[in-house]
Amino acid sequence: MIDFNDKVVKQFTIATIFWGIVGMLVGVIIAIQLAWPAFNFDIPWLTYSRLRPLHTNAVIFAFGGNALLGTSMYVAQRTCQVKLFSNTLASMVFWGYQLVIVGAVLTLPFGFTQSKEYAELIWPLDVLLTVVWVLYAIVYFGTIATRTVKHIYVANWFYSAFIITIAVLHIVNNLAIPVNWHLSYPVFSGSVDALVQWWYGHNAVGFFLTAGFLGMMYYFVPKQAGRPVYSYRLSIVHFWALISTYMWAGPHHLHYTSLPDWAQSLGMVFSLILLAPSWGGMINGIMTLSGAWDKLRSDPIIKMMIVALSFYGMSTFEGPMLSIKTVNALSHYTDWTIGHVHSGALGWVALMTMASMYTLVPRLWGRDGMYSTQLINVHFWISTLGIVLYIASMWIAGVMQGLMWREIDANGSLVYSHVESIEATYPYYVIRIIGGVLFLIGALIQAYNTYKTIKGDQAEVAVSTEAAGAKA
Amino acid sequence: MSKHEKIEKNIGLMGVLIAVVIGFAGVIEIAPLMTQASVVEPVEGLEPRNALELAGQNIYVSEGCYNCHSQQVRPFVDETLRYGHYSVAGESVYDRPFQWGSKRTGPDLARVGGRYSNEWHEIHLIDPRAVVPTSNMPGYPWLAETEIDVEETVASMKVLQMLGHPYSDEQIANAATSIEGKTQLDALVAYLQDLGTAMPKRYQ
Repeated sequence: MIDFNDKVVKQFTIATIFWGIVGMLVGVIIAIQLAWPAFNFDIPWLTYSRLRPLHTNAVIFAFGGNALLGTSMYVAQRTCQVKLFSNTLASMVFWGYQLVIVGAVLTLPFGFTQSKEYAELIWPLDVLLTVVWVLYAIVYFGTIATRTVKHIYVANWFYSAFIITIAVLHIVNNLAIPVNWHLSYPVFSGSVDALVQWWYGHNAVGFFLTAGFLGMMYYFVPKQAGRPVYSYRLSIVHFWALISTYMWAGPHHLHYTSLPDWAQSLGMVFSLILLAPSWGGMINGIMTLSGAWDKLRSDPIIKMMIVALSFYGMSTFEGPMLSIKTVNALSHYTDWTIGHVHSGALGWVALMTMASMYTLVPRLWGRDGMYSTQLINVHFWISTLGIVLYIASMWIAGVMQGLMWREIDANGSLVYSHVESIEATYPYYVIRIIGGVLFLIGALIQAYNTYKTIKGDQAEVAVSTEAAGAKA
Repeated sequence: MSKHEKIEKNIGLMGVLIAVVIGFAGVIEIAPLMTQASVVEPVEGLEPRNALELAGQNIYVSEGCYNCHSQQVRPFVDETLRYGHYSVAGESVYDRPFQWGSKRTGPDLARVGGRYSNEWHEIHLIDPRAVVPTSNMPGYPWLAETEIDVEETVASMKVLQMLGHPYSDEQIANAATSIEGKTQLDALVAYLQDLGTAMPKRYQ
């Protein structure tokens, strides 16, 4: 019997659910502020422009990050059949990471920021995060290196790429000279700074929100389905193709700017190529269910995973499409981008995380299954409805804004002022709030279900036999 | 696929290969940009921001204005009609960090300098709906009540000088007295009024 360290995984699991709710709540608040600006209350730390970075950092790094760190430590131990490399270091990683998150909460709303998107944290927090990340890499790769099985399982390839690449991106993009304890200036300026930032920004998506979560997918989908990964060969091909292509795609965030054309075109070409390895992952995940399709009817966790993979497929189709310069000319700077991001963030990242937590929680706390399967089902439907309302309203708003901005009459004059496009967007901002609130309610349902499961309560409705069977 | 077995059984080899594969883009896409003249040379007449404008830039960053305002006019008819000449790389070489933005909830600000009076900006920043009734921009009333941090601004100029912004020692020596007693609102308005004005007037 191996002495697995599940304590730290439990801590990460609870942190994931807690920070998810915090991050989504801040998201709902800033969505309300866009529709009704009075909800800024003229209070500095409640103002949209200061809270929006808190929302993005909380959902990406606090919710997503805790999920990735926790599951990677769980998956590494199980697939390597060895205990964690160091329990002390693992504990330091957990508390260090929470310290960075608390640091973000205590700085961003008070105007301490670097203004680089998803890299807003001020330099002392960047340094702290670097230290925590190095410790994390030691724990993770130490565990892999001491494995008792010969092969490194595919989930670990993706977690490895995630850990190495995030380290590189974080360090290069945050190179700066401090002025005082909170202010610093980056060593790059203007166009170079812009390219470095979006090389970072796009690959925060590519390696944090994609490679990392594919690692999660490659363990928890086969586990929950009780089936092996569909194609070993496809895993190899799409892994190497994905990680080598993603790094080039950053310039598509800078189309038609004063970044030189050659860099923009290079970014667009690689973004188009990226469709293939992305869909490789989706196909490998969805087809893992072949021979067990009936589980889609009986197991809401599987349903959530398959819908997550479908959203992954959709947003990795939409991404390359938006990277085409002529499409981007319309979509860029509009709410279409926000819709695209959330189809990936809510649809893929959040649903895959939530489903994996449903698989993980009963195993960690030694229960037969979640407290209530019915509640998982409710969570699934309420979240899916929320996502659809969110992304559909933002798509419509975005296309409308893009068309209004470029509308020119027969005399060659602009038809609309900018503020008229804002006026036309208000109804869609309200629909977006409803979508976001529904998604947040789903997260709260999961928190309740998790609490009851950990407490050891039994729901009155019997746990579905299939779901319980899938655990074996 | 048998060759892949080697990688699958050796985490060191796998780590090195991952690092190599992800490294190409940085070397081929980003490194050459650092020496491309059009990107690192300032446009003619571009000066680094004076002390008040620089204090304003720090506030622009701190308040997160970039979350809703881009500073980048694209070369399209509608954008040049709305905002003026499209942005060129040489205009932002003294922007650390760059402020091109990614979203236009509000309009682009790359050439907002000189478009409105100082008084308009002051009213608008304190209460946007006083001048644009249907705007969804938050108000920033505290800017008028807070003095700028003189010490931080002077320290900022020194760091930027070290990074290559052509400030003279005299400018830095005189910086403190030139901004004494100014509010954050004064600084932010000075910053906004300077945006995009380095391009020759006939292009703006």
